[in-house]
Amino acid sequence: MAETTPLLELRGITKRFGAVRALNGVDFRVMPGEVVGLVGDNGAGKSTLVKVISGIHPGDEGQYLWEGQKRSVNSPPDATALGIATVYQDLALCDNLDVVENLFLGQEATVGGLLSEVSMEKKANDLLAELSVTTIQSVRGEVGAMSGGQRQSVAIARSLLGDPKMVILDEPTAALGVAQTAQVLALIKRLKQRGLGVIVISHNLRDVFEVVDRIWVMRLGSNGGEFDVDNTNEQEVVAAITGLTGNGNRTSKTEGTVTQ
Amino acid sequence: MSTTEEATPTPPPTEPDPTAAAATKESMPTGAKDLLNRVRTGDLGSLRVLILLAIVWIIFQSQESRFLSATNIVNLSLQITAVALISVGVVLVLLLGEIDLSVGAVSGVTSAIVAVLSVKHGWGPVPAILAGLAVGAAIGTFQGFISTRFGIPTFVVTLAGLLGWQGLQLKVLGETGTVNLNPGLLTDLAGKFLSDGAGWIVAIVCVVLFALATMRGYQKRVASGLAAPAFPLVVIRIAAVAIAALLFVYVVNQDRGVPVAVLILVGFVAAFDFMTRRTKFGRHIYAVGGNMEAARRAGIAVFRVRVLVFALASTMAAVGGIMAASRLLAVNQSSGGSDLLLNSIAGPVIAGTSLFGGRGNVWSALLGALVIGSISNGMDLLAYTSATKFMVTGAVLLGAVVLDSAARMGRAASGRV
Repeated sequence: MAETTPLLELRGITKRFGAVRALNGVDFRVMPGEVVGLVGDNGAGKSTLVKVISGIHPGDEGQYLWEGQKRSVNSPPDATALGIATVYQDLALCDNLDVVENLFLGQEATVGGLLSEVSMEKKANDLLAELSVTTIQSVRGEVGAMSGGQRQSVAIARSLLGDPKMVILDEPTAALGVAQTAQVLALIKRLKQRGLGVIVISHNLRDVFEVVDRIWVMRLGSNGGEFDVDNTNEQEVVAAITGLTGNGNRTSKTEGTVTQ
Repeated sequence: MSTTEEATPTPPPTEPDPTAAAATKESMPTGAKDLLNRVRTGDLGSLRVLILLAIVWIIFQSQESRFLSATNIVNLSLQITAVALISVGVVLVLLLGEIDLSVGAVSGVTSAIVAVLSVKHGWGPVPAILAGLAVGAAIGTFQGFISTRFGIPTFVVTLAGLLGWQGLQLKVLGETGTVNLNPGLLTDLAGKFLSDGAGWIVAIVCVVLFALATMRGYQKRVASGLAAPAFPLVVIRIAAVAIAALLFVYVVNQDRGVPVAVLILVGFVAAFDFMTRRTKFGRHIYAVGGNMEAARRAGIAVFRVRVLVFALASTMAAVGGIMAASRLLAVNQSSGGSDLLLNSIAGPVIAGTSLFGGRGNVWSALLGALVIGSISNGMDLLAYTSATKFMVTGAVLLGAVVLDSAARMGRAASGRV
C-alpha cells in the first residue's frame, strides 16, 4: 500500500478564520480503496478539514494533492470535478420526493426535454441492487417516511451517481439504531469494495473500528496521531483524542504539537 | 408492504445480489393497508376532495332539484373558471411553500390594462391580451425577485403588491371607474359555447389522448420490468375520466353546450399539470418546496425557480382576470377584489395542496374551485345570504387545513421509525 500513490494527500494545510487557526499544518492521506476514520473532539478541526477537502473553505497554506498531482480546490464544483462526493450529516434529502426523485435531483435524465422516469427508476434499482440495499422496498416510496438507515442509504447512493473516486461521510451513523447502523456500515464496506476512498467522520469509535482501515485523530487543529486499526485499541485512540498521550504509530512528517 | 421478499433485519451479505433486490422492488404497494395509510398521510388528496365534492352535491341536490340541472351546471362551470385559472398559479406558489396574496389585485390590474388598451386605445383584442399577460409576468418576476433577493417573506412582499396593484388598477381605470368591453374576442372568451357536435368531438379526442398516454406509460413500465399499478386500476382510471368527460358534455349539451371558457381552463390545468410532473422545472419546484437547502446543494438554481414560479403565478392571475372581465363584460374598480383572492388560495388547499410546500398538484386548482363554487352556487339557489356563504366556506377551508396539518403530523409519526 505504501508504494501506491495516495488518492488524496494534504500536506501542511493551514486554515485561519480571522485570528483563529482552525487548522495548523495538518497532513492527511487517503489511499484508493481505503476507509479512513477522521476522529477528534468537538472543535478539533474535523469539519474544517472536510470543508477544505470538499472545497467549501479552501486552505490558506499547504498542498492539496489529488492522485499525486498538485491541485487547487477553491469551490465545491472543483472537488466534485476531481471525483469527491460529500454526504453531509443532514443528508440534504427532500422528504416530499421519492427515492428515484431524490437520487437524480438536479441531474434528472430527460428525453426530448421531458423527465425519463423509466430510465431513472431502472438506474435507481440497479444502483441500489449493486450496493445490496435491500431495505428499501419501493424506490417510489417517499423518503420522508423512511427510517434513518434507509435515508442514509439513499444519500450515499446519490453521492455515487457522479462516479466519484472518494466519498466523505459526515457522521453517517449518528442517531441510528443498532440494526440501521449495521446496514450503513455494511454499505461503507461495499464502497470500499468498489475501490473508492472513503473518509468517515464519526464520534462513535466502535463504528469507526468496525469499518475503517486507518484512524486519523485531529486535536486542536493539528494532527493528533495516526493509527492502523489492526494495531491499536479504543483506549489508545481516546487518549490521542483527549491529548493524554497522543502516541501511536505516527507517520506524519510535520507532526502537529498539542499546544501552540 | 405487499412485498414478497422476506425482511432482512441484519445487514445483507456483502456479495451483491441484484436479482433479489430487483425482485423486491418489483411488487407495487397496492394493498388495502397501504391505501389506508396513504389516505391517513394525505397522499390521496384528490380522492378526498372528490368525496367532499360528492357530499356537497348530494346535499344541495337533495335540497334543490335545480342544482344539478343542465343550466346550473353550465352556470357553475362558468362561475369557477376565473378563480380556477388564478388558482393554477397559486398551486405553483403553494408547492414552493410560499404564498401570493397579490393574485387578486394582479388579476384586477391586468384586466383593467387589457380593457383600457382595447376600449380606450383601440388595440386589437389579441395584442391587448398579450400586453396584459406581459404585465402579469413582469409583476410576478418583480415580486419573486424582491422576495428572493432580499430574503423577505413572500407574505409581506405580495401583501405590499396587493395594495400597490390595487392602486394602479384605480389609476389605470381613470375617473370613470368602469370600462365596458366591446363585443368581440374578449367577450367571447366566457360567452361562447361549442356546438353539440364539436363538444362531443373535443371530449372524445381528450379521452382518447388521455387513454393512450396512460396506456403508453403503463406499457413502458411493464416493458422495462418496473413496478406498475395493477392493470384493472389503470382501466378504472381511464374509465372514470371518460365517464366524467362524456357525462359533462352530455349534460351541458342539454343547455347551451360546452363553454369555451371551460375548454381554456382544462387546457391550462392539463398543461401545467404536465409541466409540474414531467419536466425538470416542475420537479425542481417540488424539490425547492420540500427542502430548499437540499435543492440548492443538488445544484438546482433555486433563485431562478422561485422567480419563475412567481412570474407564472401572476401570469395566471392575469389569465383569470381577463376571463373574469369577459364574463362580467366589463372591468371596474372592484374587479379582482372581494373574495376572489381568498377563494383562489382556499380552493387548492381544500383540494389537498399543502400550505407547507412540496405536496399537491395542479388539478387541485380545478377541484378546489369546484368545491367552493358549488357551495356558493348551491347557497345562492337556496337563497342564503353572503353571510352564511362565507361562514360555510370558511368552515370547509378550516376543515381542509386541519386535515392537511393532521396528515403532516401523521407523516411525522410514521416517518423516521
